[in-house]
Amino acid sequence: MFYRENGQFKTSYKSDQQIFPIPQDRWAIVAIVALAFFAVPMMVDEYLFRAILIPFLILSLAALGVNILVGYCGQITLGAGAFMAVGAYAAYNFLIRVSGMPALGAILLGGLTAAAVGIVFGIPSLRVRGLYLAVATLAAQFFWDWAFLRVKWFTNDASSGSVSVADISVFGWTIDSPSDKYLFCLGILVIFSLMAKNMVRGSIGRQWMAIRDMDVAATVIGIRPMYAKLTAFAVSSFYVGVAGALWGFVHLGSWEPAAFSIDRSFQLLFMVIIGGMGAIAGSFFGAAFIVILPIFLNQLLPVIGGWFGLEVSIALVSHVEIMIFGALIAFFLIVEPHGIARLWSTGREKLRLWPFPH
Amino acid sequence: MTGRKIGEVILDLKNISLSFGGVKALQDISFNVLEHEIRAIIGPNGAGKSSMLNVINGVYRPQEGEIILRGEHFANMNSYRAAKAGLARTFQNIALFKGMSVLDNIMTGRNLKMKANMLLQALWVGPAQREELEHRLKVEEIIDFLEIQHIRKTPVGRLPYGLQKRVDLARALAMEPQILLLDEPMAGMNVEEKQDMCRFILDVNDQFGTTVVLIEHDMGVVMDISDRVVVLDYGKKIGDGTPDEVRANPDVISAYLGASH
Amino acid sequence: MSFFLETLIGGLMSGMLYSLVALGFVLIYKASGVFNFAQGAMVLFAALSMARFSEWIPQWLGMDNLFMANVLAFAVSVAVMFIVAWLIERLVLRHLVNQEGATLLMATLGIAYFLDGVGQTIFGSDIYKIDVGMPKEPVMMLENVFEGGILINKEDFVAAFISAMLVLALTIFFQKTATGRALRAVADDHQAAQSIGIPLNRIWVIVWCVAGITALVAGVIWGSKLGAQFSLSTVALRALPVVILGGLTSVPGAIIGGLIIGVGEKLSEVYLGPYVGGGIEIWFAYMLALMFLLFRPQGLFGEKIIDRV
Repeated sequence: MFYRENGQFKTSYKSDQQIFPIPQDRWAIVAIVALAFFAVPMMVDEYLFRAILIPFLILSLAALGVNILVGYCGQITLGAGAFMAVGAYAAYNFLIRVSGMPALGAILLGGLTAAAVGIVFGIPSLRVRGLYLAVATLAAQFFWDWAFLRVKWFTNDASSGSVSVADISVFGWTIDSPSDKYLFCLGILVIFSLMAKNMVRGSIGRQWMAIRDMDVAATVIGIRPMYAKLTAFAVSSFYVGVAGALWGFVHLGSWEPAAFSIDRSFQLLFMVIIGGMGAIAGSFFGAAFIVILPIFLNQLLPVIGGWFGLEVSIALVSHVEIMIFGALIAFFLIVEPHGIARLWSTGREKLRLWPFPH
Repeated sequence: MTGRKIGEVILDLKNISLSFGGVKALQDISFNVLEHEIRAIIGPNGAGKSSMLNVINGVYRPQEGEIILRGEHFANMNSYRAAKAGLARTFQNIALFKGMSVLDNIMTGRNLKMKANMLLQALWVGPAQREELEHRLKVEEIIDFLEIQHIRKTPVGRLPYGLQKRVDLARALAMEPQILLLDEPMAGMNVEEKQDMCRFILDVNDQFGTTVVLIEHDMGVVMDISDRVVVLDYGKKIGDGTPDEVRANPDVISAYLGASH
Repeated sequence: MSFFLETLIGGLMSGMLYSLVALGFVLIYKASGVFNFAQGAMVLFAALSMARFSEWIPQWLGMDNLFMANVLAFAVSVAVMFIVAWLIERLVLRHLVNQEGATLLMATLGIAYFLDGVGQTIFGSDIYKIDVGMPKEPVMMLENVFEGGILINKEDFVAAFISAMLVLALTIFFQKTATGRALRAVADDHQAAQSIGIPLNRIWVIVWCVAGITALVAGVIWGSKLGAQFSLSTVALRALPVVILGGLTSVPGAIIGGLIIGVGEKLSEVYLGPYVGGGIEIWFAYMLALMFLLFRPQGLFGEKIIDRV
């Protein structure tokens, strides 16, 4: 079967406004999601769940949040890690301090807390942009780094400074095995992605993009920059906060503030740049790339080193890793600012016409 | 012109003065705009025409003077209030949203009329979905009106200049404005594109009864389509009246021909 | 009182070093509108280069003269920084002309990662010593003014002196030389400068080279104090509030901003820190900068920007 739209006509604006107007795309997505839910848990071993799939899902969610802010609303953030931390620690405190609090409730409340904090640190965006805004978000990063390390209340006076959460259960389903954790994260990611897609194709998404592309023109047609920017900060921080709570509750189980350091913030930004700014799918591509590359290099570099009789240390692998990230960032910004997502959609455009491009 | 009827004063500007630091961009300028008319602002480069437009829709805030819109005083005009009050505008250097398609650009013009809250939008249910469809219908009308059906889904960045200007106009029209401010709508166009644009402006004025305030350099066009003309030079008003009156005004002639004062 | 003064002077000294890094930011921002997040990585790279070459060169040449080794290592490091500057301009920035500030910022973040990786791959990732013969012993001062006097590191004085010399040299370079004038012209208006025949690309390479040298000087001073190690690269993050405070386009702003932040950090840590659990240095500086952003976005000495439509 060709990837072809011949003979498919839209007879209503409603059908033209679907997320995937081309039926082949729609079926492909349904197939992928079905595969992810039903086939993957049966085929994959524990290592793959722990090392790749679960981090990928959670970081995709965080990248989605960063993408809403950076890619759709054009507001740079270097403090996403801090909002993950706020989500994680807020969720932790809700869980242990409110008796009878269900885990899912704590996670969502963690996200909401992050959203509120996001609004506060987004206020400078009403006056400044670009680098100056980056500084404001860095202020958030350093402040929360410090707060979760030094203010003992947040960690429930834990002497080691690290907090831990037992296996959670949601509506009677105890999430303890890796495949349970995977399915839980996958479910949340699917729901949140759909909601994100709906927002960016609706009125609020257009407001964000208008502010990103030309803020003066946007205000002239009646968009309030304050509303657009602060909602972007809130929604973005909510996503990032929920991702942080999942990272703590589901992936790590017990964690310290270092899990959400500034390196995490940069990593999330890199995912969005490499994956594709202003594309939902870009968040997934970016997260996949950044989760897989280090593991790939760890396997590959010693082999290559072996050919030349060199011993490749772990330190060297990590240096090569950051070199590659750095180079790729510059490369994508210069050559394809819309990242892997754009390469992917260009490829698909070609495929629509293949094999008769004229 | 056809059966359109010029009405009462809809927009009244009184003693507007605007300066940037020491530079006086506008000095004590007063003029009014009547409902349904086409009002042109002309003047040499640097006369303060764009500043005047920016004052009207609240991008710049004048140090002195007042803006009266339908009898209502606006001491602190800002862009949002102007948009709510039914003012729309296009830009001299096209200010479209480059990363969005033509359709999305025009849909953005409807944002003030879309009320569904964010959560409903995220879930894409009920009012949010209905609204999206209703406004799409309205936007499609404008697309038909401006004859840009073929580029509906194209990202605006890829369009030629003339079409971008048309999309800019479409976005302004999507707001269903009462007063349309056009900042050099025909700058940089060839003759054919200018004719199209003139036709659209006249049609908008005629069919929707929209009041038009425009800045334009092409004297032929201005004198042809506008009902009244105000002339600025170095931030001061030097002439105001019908095209014929303005053409006969000695101050205007000297400003344009550079004759000695 | 003497404790207060010691804290104050300690703050001024570290502020001086922030100023040096901030100066690198300002130079590049003025000339090309790029906010160079990689300045910290350049400091690290330069410090590593200096540390390792001063160790390697005596081995290669089989000599035993510390002074000569340092001179040679410094010369080699200057060359290295020139090459780095040239490559950055050639490979990255040239292709990003006229892009938005945020894009450029992210690009320099990429450069920073790349430089960190390359630097540690080539030079290693341990802590290396830089020994340029800085006096280490502390001296007592003002013993006749206060009881007990105040204790100050000689090293800090030398560092402050070197920094002041560098600032002076840069000021002269900017104000008096033809290249300096061209640089200022470019800073004012890219297109106008280009239209009178100033080659933009060459100017940018020069500016990056100058920034590379300030990075080297900062790297040598910090490195001899703390050792050349990875944490040096985070100094960019410490110096960021400085430029916000001082104004991105102002050389005196960078100096005074550095001093204010340096003193503010130390005083807040000593007098405020104990009440809130300590370690507040870094976010205190950022909060200070943030306050400035809200009330005076152009900084102390920066130029106000007017948006045109």
